[in-house]
Amino acid sequence: MAYTYYPGCSQEVSNRAYDLSTRAVAKALDIELKELKDWNCCGTSPSYSIRELPTFVLGARNLALAEREAGACDLVTICNGCFAMLEKTNLRLKEPDLRRRVGEVLSVAGLEYEGSVRARHFLEVLVNDVGEGLIRERVTMPLGGLKVAPYYGCQFSRPEGRYDDLEFPTALDRLLSWIGAEVVDYPLKAQCCGGLLMITKEEVALKLIRDLLALAQKRGAHCMATICPLCQLNLEAYQDRVKVRFGADLSIPILYFTQLLGLSLGLEGKALGLGRELVSAADILAPYLVVASREV
Amino acid sequence: MVHKVREADLFESSVGLVERVLDTSIAEKIRSCIQCGTCSASCPTAYAMDYTPRWIIAALRAGQWERVLRSNTPWLCASCYYCTVRCPSGIEFTDLMYALKRLAIERGIYPKGSPVLYQAFTGTVDRYGRSAEVELMARYYLRTLNPWGLIKMAPMGLRMLLKGRLPLLPHRIEGRRELAKMLDYMRERGEG
Repeated sequence: MAYTYYPGCSQEVSNRAYDLSTRAVAKALDIELKELKDWNCCGTSPSYSIRELPTFVLGARNLALAEREAGACDLVTICNGCFAMLEKTNLRLKEPDLRRRVGEVLSVAGLEYEGSVRARHFLEVLVNDVGEGLIRERVTMPLGGLKVAPYYGCQFSRPEGRYDDLEFPTALDRLLSWIGAEVVDYPLKAQCCGGLLMITKEEVALKLIRDLLALAQKRGAHCMATICPLCQLNLEAYQDRVKVRFGADLSIPILYFTQLLGLSLGLEGKALGLGRELVSAADILAPYLVVASREV
Repeated sequence: MVHKVREADLFESSVGLVERVLDTSIAEKIRSCIQCGTCSASCPTAYAMDYTPRWIIAALRAGQWERVLRSNTPWLCASCYYCTVRCPSGIEFTDLMYALKRLAIERGIYPKGSPVLYQAFTGTVDRYGRSAEVELMARYYLRTLNPWGLIKMAPMGLRMLLKGRLPLLPHRIEGRRELAKMLDYMRERGEG
């Protein structure tokens, strides 16, 4: 299986562990992820908030580069924001007028886009393309006893719902169960983390985070699994402020789903970027970490 | 509370004004709203909005677009799309929020400072081809004249730095000259 890979800006430094663990997991499952050369920002929600055409031109440049490099291919992302924006760009480019205007601008840079690239999310690729059989077969370190709250955030299944249920997606629940983890019932799984409101309207976003963390704690989760870098950061980095604001200690490690999958495949913590958490996951993951000597 | 009707509101009510400020397709769609309030009930931030999503549609249908733009509502949308996927009339409310934000900027009518983060964000993206988180935050707090915000961020920034998670330098894409060409092309045509 070969895909064109679009890491997204947040994965370069602040969520590097997500990128590292994605590449490591792909390798272990014989999935070829070929990084798109010289990709740019996806177009992104803040840009769409203030201007339309340049936003779709940004998105379309990536799609055009992917098409030029690999023809009609799947462009795999690991960020919900990138995924939703690339999907939206593709969808809107079906409108003849917008397609013409975007095409005209792309041609200034010597690019063109036929519309043959599909945006995918790595979670959904694992569940739909790789599948249960192969993943179960490759698990060498089942995560038995680890209680995980599966958190999808908003823009994985909404607004299009092409790959999962709009309000109660199940892809992550299923994947976690295949690797032996105990998936806790988590009805807020596709609720909002506040996104960029954490910067512009902190009070409002903190309340959303409080609700998400409180439910994870109430359900007895040892950690939360996320599929989006912004969700991860909002859930993890503001736990102190939630405590100050609401007086409740809701601290819980927030991991990328690829880190948990990697552990179950017997990969080393370092290869999965573990240790970069702001809320340490060392204790809860200790039973599943491969001892270095066994690696040799 | 007695609401005093301003002359401007009455003026705004002239029929057809919404069609003139919003895309025809959106204006047509909001005519099909049945005012059930599913959008407001689904919205995780509605409680903090000047007008809930249902009110916004009612106000727009009454032609009161200026009142809508002056409200904090569009800037409190977190883009979670719950309203969109639940609307029985198929109104894509999240996209309407985006359209209202763009309209607010075009007309220069919005609660003070609302678009600053978005403008700083696109500024870095246009320059480098990718987002530059640290520069973005610095520019945001400088432009909003909020040094306290920056100071409050410092402990978290330090923790991120110690974990190797603070992107101090922006990544510049190779094709940024071509990107600049495209952006200039749009700007010259008034579409940037």
